[in-house]
Amino acid sequence: MASPGDATLDTSHVGKNKVPARYWLELQKEGKDEAEVGKDAEPSRKRLRRKEKKKEKMKEKKTQKAKKMKQEDTLVKQTISGKSDPFPGPAPISQDRVRKFKRKTKTKRSGSVGNKLRDVISRSEEASEMAQKQSARFDLLLPEDAGFLEGDEDEDTCTISQEDIADAVDITSGAKYFNLKLSQFGPYRVDYSKTGRHLLLGGRRGHVACVDWQSKQLMCEINVMESVNDVKWLHSEAMYAVAQKKWLYIYDTNGIELHCIRKFNDVLRMQFLPYHFLLATASATSFLQYLDVSVGKEVAAICTKTGRLDVMCQNPHNAIVHLGHHNGTVTLWSPNQKEALVKMLCHQGGVRSIAVDKTGTYMVTSGMDKKLKVFDIRTFKPLNSYFLPAGSSCLSLSQKGLLSAATGDVVQVYRDVWSTTVTKPYMAHRVRGTVWGLHFCPFEDVLGVGHGDGFTSMLVPGAGEPNFDGLDANPYRSAKQRQEWEVKALLEKIQPELISLDPHELGQVDNAAFEQRHQDRVQALGFDPLAKAKFIPKYKKKGRSSAGSVERRKKQVAHEDQRDVIRETMEDKMKIEEERRQREKKAAVLSGQKSALDRFKK
Amino acid sequence: MKVKVLSRNPDDYVRETKLDIQRVPRNYDPALHPFEVSREYTRALNATKLDRVFAKPFVASLDGHRDGVNCMAKHTNSLSTLLSGSCDGEVKVWNLTKHECVRTLQAHEGFVRGMIVRFCGTSFFTVGDDKTIKQWKMETPGYGEEEEPLNTILGKTVFTGLDHHQKDAVFATCGQQVDIWDEQRSSPIRSFTWGVDSFSSVRFNPVETELLASCASDRSIVLYDMRESAPLKKVIMTMRSNSLCWNPMEAYYFTSSNEDYNLYTYDMRYLNKPIIVHMDHVSAVLDVDYSPTGKEFVSASFDKTVRIFPKDVGHSREVYHTKRMQHVICVKWSADNKYILSGSDEMNIRLWKANAAEKLGVLAPRERQASNYNQKLKEKFHYHPQIRRIAHHRHLPKSIYHQSKELRVMKEARRRKERNVRKHSKPGSVPVVSEKEKHVVTVVK
Repeated sequence: MASPGDATLDTSHVGKNKVPARYWLELQKEGKDEAEVGKDAEPSRKRLRRKEKKKEKMKEKKTQKAKKMKQEDTLVKQTISGKSDPFPGPAPISQDRVRKFKRKTKTKRSGSVGNKLRDVISRSEEASEMAQKQSARFDLLLPEDAGFLEGDEDEDTCTISQEDIADAVDITSGAKYFNLKLSQFGPYRVDYSKTGRHLLLGGRRGHVACVDWQSKQLMCEINVMESVNDVKWLHSEAMYAVAQKKWLYIYDTNGIELHCIRKFNDVLRMQFLPYHFLLATASATSFLQYLDVSVGKEVAAICTKTGRLDVMCQNPHNAIVHLGHHNGTVTLWSPNQKEALVKMLCHQGGVRSIAVDKTGTYMVTSGMDKKLKVFDIRTFKPLNSYFLPAGSSCLSLSQKGLLSAATGDVVQVYRDVWSTTVTKPYMAHRVRGTVWGLHFCPFEDVLGVGHGDGFTSMLVPGAGEPNFDGLDANPYRSAKQRQEWEVKALLEKIQPELISLDPHELGQVDNAAFEQRHQDRVQALGFDPLAKAKFIPKYKKKGRSSAGSVERRKKQVAHEDQRDVIRETMEDKMKIEEERRQREKKAAVLSGQKSALDRFKK
Repeated sequence: MKVKVLSRNPDDYVRETKLDIQRVPRNYDPALHPFEVSREYTRALNATKLDRVFAKPFVASLDGHRDGVNCMAKHTNSLSTLLSGSCDGEVKVWNLTKHECVRTLQAHEGFVRGMIVRFCGTSFFTVGDDKTIKQWKMETPGYGEEEEPLNTILGKTVFTGLDHHQKDAVFATCGQQVDIWDEQRSSPIRSFTWGVDSFSSVRFNPVETELLASCASDRSIVLYDMRESAPLKKVIMTMRSNSLCWNPMEAYYFTSSNEDYNLYTYDMRYLNKPIIVHMDHVSAVLDVDYSPTGKEFVSASFDKTVRIFPKDVGHSREVYHTKRMQHVICVKWSADNKYILSGSDEMNIRLWKANAAEKLGVLAPRERQASNYNQKLKEKFHYHPQIRRIAHHRHLPKSIYHQSKELRVMKEARRRKERNVRKHSKPGSVPVVSEKEKHVVTVVK
């Protein structure tokens, strides 16, 4: 807070011209002060309370009767025991908790938004803020904590073997590290269901198996007698899709073929968008196709004209499909557009694998140029670039943001790839064949690795989200609960038309439509109903409506309007100036090194 | 080495016995709930569709009158009682829960013009074409007793409407003039006239209880103070108002139903232009009644429909019609805010739900929670074009549909002409007159 003492200490104005006071500067300062007052609200409240108490004391001295009344009053305020509450007011919430629940997009308020709408928006924002605070408070009650792995002093966590971890943890968790030796039909593709209970394995040479992997119960096992390119669970563990040599097939958990979809041929990779009930497939004929699995209709078929599509991933935040190509580009697709939404050149060679984190902020790619790159896909800018000696063929991101990368037969897990520059892997493990598929198990600290010699389930402490939401994906749900969830999920299936880069777009004010409608209205009416009425001065008596004074009043109003305009333009100017200064500063930092001639500069 | 791996005890997440309800742990982390806006939108769309599916507003029809129903009165204390008077002078008392008539009496010769229940609920007044005011007991006469009025006042002229004071033994009638009567006397304690024309409706203000408003057939709405000897002020409109109703919550507002197919909500203090013009009817509006919450009102029209308007919106949110319902003459909103009663030409009284899709009866807590949530969602997304289209769609009888289309075309033509005139005349010589100002001729004090 600004106090006079600080000001004198800070700067001396001796020898300098005094900076003229500007109201916009003052405005800014006020804003800052308010923010600070928010922080210091607690002490000031205490001070107030103290003052009140003093006042009460003074009064108490005055009369006996008043004292009795007051006592009764204070008793109501205090607890029954007579002691005052040592922690008055609502409990504080830690900042990072609140930040976790903060919604990023605030509704933009442009000038054309009417008063009524502005009220509605501000009220709804207040409500949502309250809800966010409440859920931040509720966060305290979550029962589970995330896992972790720490080495002893001068012990790297990446040297710790899986066997050691499995020995150190409890039996049930230790049993989650296992190998399936399936050398006949490998290499294997892997997929976990949305709840993380069920595992689907698809061998290159036609072996398909689904397993309840925690109880190690085999649900079905078939050989489709064809090469299998990819396997994917659909919305629940009752059905899965298998991309075979020619066509796309859908099987149920008993291994019975439900559908053979001949419209989808030569599929190499698949992604399932769970909230849209869409199965996106990328084929060798460079087609990207979307199948609505709730009604069995093809939603869109897009010819990408970029050759064989064997690198694919989805952005779980906005349901955009990312495709990687041989020329090093990554393209972003939605079913509503025949062209790519975005094309980014990411690698010098071809793209080998892509992964997007669940908040939709970061994309990790690996390429033939043996690089691993991290991008911010909100701004489409590179953040980090790592060189891996062997390059990595498969990438997978966990719910907590761990990155697993497979190079040959070694699986490496990295931590914090986007926030810091990583030099060492968090964990590493060598499997017995070339890695073909990687998938982190949701809600578990487990990484499933499909390789040439079968399947390995690895323990990766700190990978899974510890607290699931029972209404969304409940690993412990009963059959009845699953049925109910299925009905609910189908009822709120999001239409494919709503897929766009910004998933919050639907909640924004549609200014364009409003302006269009307003124009139409002006056209129909012949005048602008929202136009500002011309100021007509009121008629005043006692000679105050002389021509001169009327003119003066008009001028006053005109000045007022002008002032607003000036204020706005000045603010704009200040902002531009500020940006320019920032840019210059950055440029200066970047250009960095001082030249010998700099000393002559003033 | 320190290690911890996620390991959940299934007992914490699965119910203990089959008698328990399932455990549902929640985590409100937004990262676990993607697409929240689109999912809410889908839910809102579903809620809106379900709303239309369940919109079955018609509850019951009460038949028994032998002529058109001309007026109705709500009981002041009992929700289940309704009184209705018909064009042949018969008055019927209805039990709404049983849908049956509990009492019939021949009150007048000719029309029963007005009817009102006294504030205590023990008696009611009727006026008729036979120039009499009669007071009746609410109780049914015992076996062998005859139906006789408590009081009969013979007037000089025909009475066309009446209303009772909120808490005093005073009532007002209208006809050739507006009269204020003491219940104990046989002559009016005060009469107001302004001009020579007759009045069609009179209403006491529910809050400022000494104030009255009446609709005169010289196209004016007149305000009175009972304590003064002369009327306060009047507003003259382009067409005649048929009836009016005060807003029970913000009692400085009243709404009048007009012959020009519109309803006008006025602020009593500023009569020079209405606050809002409510349009949608395609024929003269005959009656209007506010909901007890003061947020909505219902109107009855000659075009055989009943419409519900929010008090601050220009168009109706709901329209009720049936094949058999003829010109609706009177309408009432029940005191529990749940039902609407309409009396029409073809001798029937119809009971409607005020909220067409509402489920009647007791709601389970989860049901109520779900309906509240759906309501909120509909509110949140009601600007979206798809939701708006579904929520606003109403099926209309062919005649009304075509008539409203015709009216729209006529209005558009008039507007276009005015626009062209304005375009080709001297700027400022053809001023823009808003819809609100168009219908008011003048205010007289």
